[in-house]
Amino acid sequence: MLSKRIIPCLDVRDGKLTKGVRFEGNRDIGDPVEAAYTYYEEGADEIVFYDITASAEGRGIMIDMVRRVAERIFIPFSVGGGIRTLEDMREVLLAGAEKVSINSEAVKNPGLIDAGAGAFGSQCVVLGMDVKRVEKSPSLPSGYEVVIHGGRVPTGRDALAWAREAERRGAGEICLNSIDADGTQEGYEIELTRLISTSVGIPVIASGGAGRPDHLFRVLTEGRADAALIASMVHFRAYTIGGIKDHLASKGVRVRRRW
Amino acid sequence: MIGIIDYRAGNLTSVERALAHLGIACTVTDRPEVLSRCGRIIFPGVGAAGKAMAELRRTGLDVFLKDWYLAGKPILGICLGAQIVLEESEENDATCLGLVPGRVRRFPAGMRDADGQPLKIPHMGWNTVSFLRDHPVFRGLPEGAEFYFVHSYYPSPSDPSWEIGRSEYGVPFCSALARGNLAAVQFHPEKSGRPGLEILRNFSTWRGGDAE
Repeated sequence: MLSKRIIPCLDVRDGKLTKGVRFEGNRDIGDPVEAAYTYYEEGADEIVFYDITASAEGRGIMIDMVRRVAERIFIPFSVGGGIRTLEDMREVLLAGAEKVSINSEAVKNPGLIDAGAGAFGSQCVVLGMDVKRVEKSPSLPSGYEVVIHGGRVPTGRDALAWAREAERRGAGEICLNSIDADGTQEGYEIELTRLISTSVGIPVIASGGAGRPDHLFRVLTEGRADAALIASMVHFRAYTIGGIKDHLASKGVRVRRRW
Repeated sequence: MIGIIDYRAGNLTSVERALAHLGIACTVTDRPEVLSRCGRIIFPGVGAAGKAMAELRRTGLDVFLKDWYLAGKPILGICLGAQIVLEESEENDATCLGLVPGRVRRFPAGMRDADGQPLKIPHMGWNTVSFLRDHPVFRGLPEGAEFYFVHSYYPSPSDPSWEIGRSEYGVPFCSALARGNLAAVQFHPEKSGRPGLEILRNFSTWRGGDAE
């Protein structure tokens, strides 16, 4: 049977990690390629890069980074942030990423999902969704609203309706980030994850709130997520990917343990 | 030299990069005259069967691949490359190369896991492969190794002796084929970490027999 995926997320700006990743001997790694390689060795099932570079020069640096990552790690990885056009997607995929992730841009221009899926296949297109809990209302019946620009701008779109629309348009996967849980390290938003994951036929990666291995256990079981995104809990060495997988396996969750 | 077939679909660069990492010389091409100077061929993955077959016919590679196979030279199919070698595919009812008797099936709708939860299609992620017999291309893999899959269709050879690897996703399915000079995998060895790279390395020295 299919294993649940554990996916470390690396935030990148101008080709460097925005938060250093601490490794053996408290060595601080600023190079995303080195960090990705370390997680590859430690058994990450996939890696997500989130690029917050704004400048045009930064884009070139990022593509170069993607190329260097692709030469060193032989598991799938995705790149999100700043992807606005089909050409941006093509560039990232040709540089060696397996998938591209689009978020705010897909809300502004939903046709980008169709175009990406048509040109490169659904398996390459990940819809990133930032979601905030709101009062249920006729226009937001699920009680969750899609927000963009890192959670600052509400869109008036219902999260469940948007997830279904993205699937219909050809998204191959959804990376679902709870703005309420993000950064708290107090656990994923189980109810939201379960709602979206059981309502679409494509895999859902849960994101936001991971602080302990048990948080992953809950979101992968009760939350019905297909994969879990992690950041700080491994970046600062409180936990290792292997340790998290041991915990999950001990509680009966199928994870990949030989690599 | 390994020739990687370029049929204008899929992620060709990832196979090329994995071979480069292993120090194995390769070339990506759609030209039969270039491929004919290679010792081995990889037909890589991702894409739709019908579109890929149309491209192979356009370039004359369909005939080339059949001749290559009949000449006993080693071929490794990956993902779509493990499907296109069969006779036909349920994906757009495409007629395929017909090197392997049988057809390509879609995962049935309504599959559920052991807990009764619906299974999503495509089958995307890491899964185990049970190898049913020893084979030079699949030697040296760690017990319980997992491989990265992304697919909605799978090969279903009518002659069971072709099946060498079996996986399970709602239903048991054939995830690796091998006989004579042809080996093919439904998963992506180029994206499956060390065990996947091991398969590519094994292929690079394989002379095309079941026992070496």
